[in-house]
Amino acid sequence: MARKNKPEVKEISYAKWGYLFIAPFFIAFVVFQLVPLAQTVYYSFFEYYRSGLTVIGPTPVGLDNYKELFNSDFLKYFGNTVILWLAGFIPQIVVSLLLAAWFTDVRLKIKGKQFFKVVIYMPNLIMASAFAMLFFALFSNNGPVNATLVSLGILDHPFRFLSSVAGTRGLVALMNFLMWFGNTTILLMAAVMGISPSLFEAAELDGCSPRQTFFRVTLPMIRPILVYVLITSMIGGLQMFDVPQILTNGKGSPDRTVTTLIMYLNNHLFSKNYGMAGAVSVVLFVICAILCLLVYFNLNPTENDRKIKKRDRFKPRKEALNG
Amino acid sequence: MKKGFKAVLSLALAGAMIFGMTACGGGGGEEASGEAGKVLNIWCWNDEFQTRFNDYYPEVKEVAEDGSTTTLNDGTVVNWIIEPNEGNNYQNKLDEALLNQESAAADDKVDMFLVEADYARKYTNSDSTMNIADLPGVLDATSDQYEYTKEVVSDADGNVKGVSWQACPGLIAYRRSIAKEVLGTDDPAAVQEAVADWDKFAETAQKMKDAGYFMLSGYDDTFRPFYNNDAAPFVEDGKTLNVDKNIMDWVAMTKDYTDKGYNNKTSLWSDDWNADQGKDSKVFCIPACTWEIDFTLTGNADPDGTKDPAQSAWGDYAVCVGPVNWCWGGTWLTAATGTDNADLVADIMTKMTTDPEILNKIATEKGDFVNSKSVIKDLAANYEGNDFLGGQNHYALLSDAAEGLSLKIASPYDQGIIEKMQAAMKDYYDGTVDLDTAKANFEKSIKEIYPEIETVNWPK
Repeated sequence: MARKNKPEVKEISYAKWGYLFIAPFFIAFVVFQLVPLAQTVYYSFFEYYRSGLTVIGPTPVGLDNYKELFNSDFLKYFGNTVILWLAGFIPQIVVSLLLAAWFTDVRLKIKGKQFFKVVIYMPNLIMASAFAMLFFALFSNNGPVNATLVSLGILDHPFRFLSSVAGTRGLVALMNFLMWFGNTTILLMAAVMGISPSLFEAAELDGCSPRQTFFRVTLPMIRPILVYVLITSMIGGLQMFDVPQILTNGKGSPDRTVTTLIMYLNNHLFSKNYGMAGAVSVVLFVICAILCLLVYFNLNPTENDRKIKKRDRFKPRKEALNG
Repeated sequence: MKKGFKAVLSLALAGAMIFGMTACGGGGGEEASGEAGKVLNIWCWNDEFQTRFNDYYPEVKEVAEDGSTTTLNDGTVVNWIIEPNEGNNYQNKLDEALLNQESAAADDKVDMFLVEADYARKYTNSDSTMNIADLPGVLDATSDQYEYTKEVVSDADGNVKGVSWQACPGLIAYRRSIAKEVLGTDDPAAVQEAVADWDKFAETAQKMKDAGYFMLSGYDDTFRPFYNNDAAPFVEDGKTLNVDKNIMDWVAMTKDYTDKGYNNKTSLWSDDWNADQGKDSKVFCIPACTWEIDFTLTGNADPDGTKDPAQSAWGDYAVCVGPVNWCWGGTWLTAATGTDNADLVADIMTKMTTDPEILNKIATEKGDFVNSKSVIKDLAANYEGNDFLGGQNHYALLSDAAEGLSLKIASPYDQGIIEKMQAAMKDYYDGTVDLDTAKANFEKSIKEIYPEIETVNWPK
């Protein structure tokens, strides 16, 4: 026993490296997302704001913030948000489908596809706030659009876009459409190109018209991607903020008809009202969750039954949001 | 060996990732200085005071190329922190800094910050501002200043908490060329006759319209003359907002003017509002304040700085008193509690707001109505006239009015209230909503931004 028996074979565990490498994400996630998330919910039950340089609260007030929220024009802002989103999303999905169908159609042989793809994606590269500033300048009362319309004789006097409900909402919708239709087109093209060509060939042999092919073959085959586009766009739409905020200079005017839910939330941060802002966030979160579940289960009924597909389920990605 | 290296490397990588994720939230960070001396942090919302300081403070040695800092003769670096005012942005950022004042490092402390009348009381009623009696020499030097400029920055016990280099009597600035064409004369006394009260003002507006001009640029131009003559502050007890009858008179008059086509439907500070002060504008006059002559009008009337009447509206403006006496704010310097440079702050306050020589230069070169009765008296008698105003001596015109100015109606909430009032009423003038909806929208906005305000009372 003088000599120790042969050295033990150390067990090599690679798992710790795995944990180490994913640790940064989880640390950052907990510190910067999970804790603030929990705090948001927590403070929504408190009176907690700043009056001048004095901090009021936090004093627990139960559900008072939620009561006040539902007594306010919350539904109107929800309606505004949905209208602004739909007004941008409907043309966006129509145009994107059309472009995707054309660009992927083997018989059309469109030249310069790559070029068009780049061009239609371009508006998405501009920062939303910069884009809104640009539109603000272009469509201002004495801006170039009005100057052109008047000098061409189309209008007698400048149209005050930002003083009219339809004008302001229209501009927001137009911007969201321009910014996101390229992104959607590319997603849908990828989906269409993923369909087996033999299906199209078979359809052609059976004498389908292009329209029939589109509605009977293409559309059903890309439904999962359509659901993904719809959900991400819906979440992005509900969180619409920067474009209307900057276009209306934070006012949501005229008559608060361009005030979206997040702009309403932002108004509460004027006096750092964490209680009310928290309540708005929580309600918004619940609405988002309900809508997503509705869309998911209605448009994708078979998806969950098929075990194989489960891995491919789409999770809405935060960055890809909006209009 | 190898394993150890791997561990270090992976830790370093992990660290780098975390750093990368958090770095963007840091917001700026270190100070560029470090060579010599101390740092003086001055907070403001535009470059009005900064340019005056750089031009006239005797200790200035050099100004950084990007204008962000000014170096003084003793090596002190003055650090300018400029945050735009609108939407409470300036106040929110400043509040954050003041609440962290105690724990901040000496060079990061707020030493001095500027306030406007619309929210001066918020800070002067708090412990964040120093009593100027505690700053060596400042209070004694202010004896020649206009009373109202001290009154608005005094706390409940009468302690003065700030000083200003300007008093801000309101006036009507008008285009000489349009006055000659429509009224037959551009003489300030004759034009004053035509706008002596609001009835005559409306008559003149009709004449302007008939001749193809607008009396005013936009909706908000006449707000301040009405608001400044309110009977009581908007908010007195911290809970109730009382809208004065004067404000409703402003609403009624502006709606009437808009419907009759007397104004060009612009909003304050918007592009078309600025453009309406230029050479090609059809707008006759703008109710303005003395600080606007240099800060707003000159730049808009002569954007290229030509000083040439042929190419710009330089020299085509003149001023008269207008229908009522009023004033619009001003800018006050306050010393932040906890400053580590109190002596320097005191010196800046004394020199920039009471030194007759400096004030004289500010008046003659920038057109400010400076805050010294004796300097103004001297200018009223001896000033040869302001070129931009076609050689008019506006100090002679306004020196009497300045004695009677008051900002008693200022409350800590006024910036938000005024912004929201003008925004809500714009919809009414535009014809998008009726008056009751506009009022309701105003109340909603107020409850969002000031949760402590429980009721809004409108005049009968």
